[in-house]
Amino acid sequence: MRVRFWGVRGSVPVPNRSMLGYGGNTSCVEVTLNDGTQLILDAGTGIRELGAAGGERGHTVQVLLTHLHVDHIHGLLFFPPLFDPSSEITVYGPPAPGPNLDQRLARYLSAPLSPVDLRELPARVRFAACPYEAWEVGTARVEAAIVAHRGVTLGYRISEGGASLCYLPDHEPALGAPLADAEPGWISGLGLAAGASVLIHDGQYADDEYPERVGWGHSSVSDAVTFARVAEAERLVLFHHEPIHDDRALDELAERAARSWQAQGGHAEGVSMAVEGQSITL
Amino acid sequence: MPVSVEHQRLLLIQARNLITNLALPALLTDPEGRLVFFNDAAAAALGRGFEEVGQMPREEWAREIGPFDEQGRPLAADSLALAMALREGHPAQGRFRVRLGEPGLTEVEVSALPLLEPGYFEGALVVFWPVDDAAPGTS
Repeated sequence: MRVRFWGVRGSVPVPNRSMLGYGGNTSCVEVTLNDGTQLILDAGTGIRELGAAGGERGHTVQVLLTHLHVDHIHGLLFFPPLFDPSSEITVYGPPAPGPNLDQRLARYLSAPLSPVDLRELPARVRFAACPYEAWEVGTARVEAAIVAHRGVTLGYRISEGGASLCYLPDHEPALGAPLADAEPGWISGLGLAAGASVLIHDGQYADDEYPERVGWGHSSVSDAVTFARVAEAERLVLFHHEPIHDDRALDELAERAARSWQAQGGHAEGVSMAVEGQSITL
Repeated sequence: MPVSVEHQRLLLIQARNLITNLALPALLTDPEGRLVFFNDAAAAALGRGFEEVGQMPREEWAREIGPFDEQGRPLAADSLALAMALREGHPAQGRFRVRLGEPGLTEVEVSALPLLEPGYFEGALVVFWPVDDAAPGTS
């Protein structure tokens, strides 16, 4: 499985020169399975470039949305395969009582907020609430579970062969109970992250920023590191970078994360910051 | 080892966080009524901490704690608030007697709230209160 980061920023895109080292697009991660099957995790502004890079027509893609906050769906209508009648696209999202996934997405992706309505898309698009049971996609097994964030939000785990990727881009597992004191079975998201080869996890805030933002649905770098160590993830990639953090600030956070990871028994190279354009092979 | 432990779903985790900080006696059950957690206020009422009791099947904690009628006979669990919440999926209330930490039986009010994710049933949150006691902060 190959993982490529097309958008790593949280909350809002930041096309600012001082931030382009890590990248300014919002959440979007491409996963290519060993049989070539393509999965896309979230549809932030990074999905625009992903789609544009795709080239040939006739895409078959599954888009797995964690939740419907704007920074995770902002790029959806700028994803070129949606305008290709030969594309076949399935969009999964969180379950919720009431309106279906497409109706919930249409609150944003329709007039007057959008010039194009979901119903007008030329591609064959299917919208579905994520199943509670694991399902097979190509050569992989995909699991989803609701995790601690504001609003109904999913995390995903994709397993193929002996490798597993866990994606928890918006996650505040320390809310209500400090992670160091919590029993592992009672930590949000741990069932998905346990033993993952690579854990992509929310690390939006510096530790000194977090106390002012408790309950906003995101993690401090230290909490992300502790979560990953408790989950026994082999590698942690910090994600959903705070939009006010420029490249220099993120470099400093990377150093702190590495120190914290080592202090908890890991190797320094076991933790890194997500960088737009970067790829990982599992 | 986190890989092998039973991982609770989010709503139960959040409910545990809530009742941990709640001054009212409260407990959590899974969809089958198995006791999965109770808070310090419930521990004070029961005279035992959750660490001593641990998770317990519904039949076992019903036998130890209750419910009982006025004559101390076990009540059919199916008609009670928790059973209603678990079976019908809606909040339910009740009043009956239970065996708390003190000798004899204590009459309690019980409110049971089903814990429903969209499309998924996780269990119930139960709050109970001895009828004769004043609520915290009212005396």
